[in-house]
Amino acid sequence: MHRFLTLAPLAAASLQLGFDSAPLSAQAPPSAERFTDTLSFARPQYRSTYQRRQNPPVLIRNATVMTATGSEFRGSILFQDGKIVAVGPEVGTPPPGTQVVDGAGKYVTPGLVDTHSHIGVYAAPGTQAESDGNEATNPNTAEVWAEHSIWPHDPQIPLAIAGGVTVAQILPGSANLIGGRSAVIRMVPARTVQEMKFPGAPYGVKMACGENPKRVYANLGPSTRMGNMAGYRAAFIQAEQYRQRWDKWNTERKGQPPARDLRAETLAGVLRGEITVQNHCYRADEMAQMLDLATEFGFKIRSFHHGVEAYKIADLLAKAGTAASIWADWGGFKMEAYDQILENLALVTKAGAVGVLHTDSPDGIQRMNQDAAKAMYAGTRAGLAVTRDQAIRWITANPAWALGIDHLTGTLEVGKMADVVLWSGDPFSVYSKAEKVWNEGWLAFDRLDKTRQYKTDFNLGHGEPGVGR
Amino acid sequence: MNALRLESRPGPVAGRGRWQALAVAGMVVLWSTAAQAQTVAITGGNVFPVSGPKIEGGNVIITGGRVVAVGRNVPVPAGARVIDATGKWVTPGLIHANASAGAGVGGLGGLGESRKQGDINPSFNLTAGLDPEAITIPVVRTGGVTSGIVVPDGGLLAGAAVALDYHGDRADQMAIRSVALSLNLGAGSRGAGGGSRAGAIARLKRLIADAVEYDRRRLEYRRAATQAYSAPVEELDALLPAIRGQLPFYVSANRKMDIQNAIRLAAEHRLRLVILGGVEAWKVAADLARAGIPVALEPNKDIPDFEGLGARLDNIALLREAGVKTIIAQGDPGGERSLRYAAGNAVRNGISWDDALKSVTQWPAEAFGLTDYGTLAPGKVANVVIWSGDPFEFSSAAETVLIRGVETSLRTREHELRDRYRTLPPPR
Repeated sequence: MHRFLTLAPLAAASLQLGFDSAPLSAQAPPSAERFTDTLSFARPQYRSTYQRRQNPPVLIRNATVMTATGSEFRGSILFQDGKIVAVGPEVGTPPPGTQVVDGAGKYVTPGLVDTHSHIGVYAAPGTQAESDGNEATNPNTAEVWAEHSIWPHDPQIPLAIAGGVTVAQILPGSANLIGGRSAVIRMVPARTVQEMKFPGAPYGVKMACGENPKRVYANLGPSTRMGNMAGYRAAFIQAEQYRQRWDKWNTERKGQPPARDLRAETLAGVLRGEITVQNHCYRADEMAQMLDLATEFGFKIRSFHHGVEAYKIADLLAKAGTAASIWADWGGFKMEAYDQILENLALVTKAGAVGVLHTDSPDGIQRMNQDAAKAMYAGTRAGLAVTRDQAIRWITANPAWALGIDHLTGTLEVGKMADVVLWSGDPFSVYSKAEKVWNEGWLAFDRLDKTRQYKTDFNLGHGEPGVGR
Repeated sequence: MNALRLESRPGPVAGRGRWQALAVAGMVVLWSTAAQAQTVAITGGNVFPVSGPKIEGGNVIITGGRVVAVGRNVPVPAGARVIDATGKWVTPGLIHANASAGAGVGGLGGLGESRKQGDINPSFNLTAGLDPEAITIPVVRTGGVTSGIVVPDGGLLAGAAVALDYHGDRADQMAIRSVALSLNLGAGSRGAGGGSRAGAIARLKRLIADAVEYDRRRLEYRRAATQAYSAPVEELDALLPAIRGQLPFYVSANRKMDIQNAIRLAAEHRLRLVILGGVEAWKVAADLARAGIPVALEPNKDIPDFEGLGARLDNIALLREAGVKTIIAQGDPGGERSLRYAAGNAVRNGISWDDALKSVTQWPAEAFGLTDYGTLAPGKVANVVIWSGDPFEFSSAAETVLIRGVETSLRTREHELRDRYRTLPPPR
């Protein structure tokens, strides 16, 4: 993908400087100097301390390899030092010390990526004390960051890992028009969220349309959909002015810098193209309104989330370059979810838009492969030509794109991070399980080896997690 | 007859025999329509009768809404409507033992019909709240689910669990009958016990004692010569079939201690139980097996909470190894149509394929006394699904669904929407 070529150097630059957010917009690449000077953005004290874990090189042989780049073949994959070094029908002689895994009858895919999770912010065991996902005190809380709520010992984390998930975007909830920044985390054991934050992944900002904000703020406002729109516009008008003040100061360096405003800072990041917009929005007509909003303020919506009616405006999504993060079969649980159909992902894909299978569920995240299978077979049954490669992209390459990390992970290509899952069988079969999961080359889960089944602190003393057999 | 089945209970019950007679009378009502009178022959399929081993290339003959013959060389009666099932898989219709389809509007908040306020509602029967026009009904049929057990919720004793077929033009035609009384043990009913589990158990014991006493002293009660009871007598009356063991209590319980409390209660009062939830049932699998208590559970439930810190995916496998009859009752946001995938996941989590099929057909039917449901043995109600392949696989689909011998529509509102937006912009 050409994005890889244009953005990789920027990501590398920000990595060297210890910033967690790679810029997204190729039009306005901020210079390294501006990064170090600005007080407004990407402050280094919130940096990632994630470190790749050591693992000998791994060669998986004789497996069916699904690369998420268009091909599925019988062959091998070799990875070393966290990177994929060879993938194909033949990969040559592995270096000494390589762990060789026989993949006969098994399947290999990229690690799964979920664009929509609340793991850590709505942690198990689900007490009120652990309910940290919605700062429902103002319709605009762009100033809050999900990473400041994430509990790294949420016992849902190892369960997601056992489902083959290597990366997830943790989002604030949908009570607010603008709910705050997301965190893109690597699914690894950790004591602190800093040890999970994906270096080089941009922040996202959670926005929400429709029923939730207008219900939560029924008394204060917004209480209608038109009130919702007015609320987003007011927030971005303020952010525009904030951005202008800072841009001026950054250029002129005269006098005191403008006062910092965390709320406006996040939205200014959106306007600069440095923060992705992740927009909870069910109804087709509302998604169209949000695309207009983005046009008014000159930003892109990277992905709609839930998008139960995405199939009705899939052509508009394709034109806008906005992904649809959607479910396979959830719907009907509220009015704005009433028109859910099983062929949503297939129709979005057919229209040329980026389809993403998301979960919004600590249960669903454990079986993303199954949801992709449901959506794929629903499509083929309806006569829509969905390929297995497209379906595997719904849970790998496409969500990686929606998070702005597709130059780093999401496919099995040489040079990408070795986020790799070995499945006991066809991942689109109900009977298959993730057998081994490597997170940047490190064996994060092995169904056949209890010592490779991570338990959080919370799991200790509460019996075996029981990942199935 | 139909009015009878709408009632929450069979009226004052003199004894076991009378109740059973009424129950049987309810069962044998014939849903006699012209369509049901038709003879249908499903030919040449891979038949999984559940009552016996798989029959390759078998025929299933249906007359009057019942299966009349199953086998490889069973002749096709003259004049029968023939459905060629060559290469297809044929199973009994699936029974969802914790269904909501038909009771409320598609899961929309506030529009459910399975909850009555208050803690002690054994007389609550939701049958009149079933909506034959619910858009969820054809949707569940697309998943091969032909019957459901709708369980009321809330409080300590929520009411009667009602079995229904997903077919019929009126609630009383859909309903089969009440099959259990819903009992909640655990955090959900602490409120009914003044804030504690022990209080809830004590209240339940008092209700049982009162119901037994009331039943013994009906005449004195009418003469106002009894002490005050802890619940209105219509509620006590509704408890009696379960106290006598004619109906099971369908006990929502997840924590090991709650399941143990239920087992102890059943032993003390000689009650029949079916456990619903059973997140930690694996910890007491041997006790459940010994007491012959089936467990309806969610095979994918593995997220711990304080009602089930021991949640694990192989719960169902451990129960089967101990000899417990399991029932798969996954509550799935994708809807009850996904029951078959839950069964597939149960296989993934360690039980045999045959046991998984039984867990959505024969075992729920047996647990709830639906003696003419759950298999394709001759005499059973002809709820039959013809699948394109393995019913538990995503690649397969239910192609033909017969309920009471009648082919039902698998066209849903979702299909209407899909076809409108197949090409964009949609045709004007």
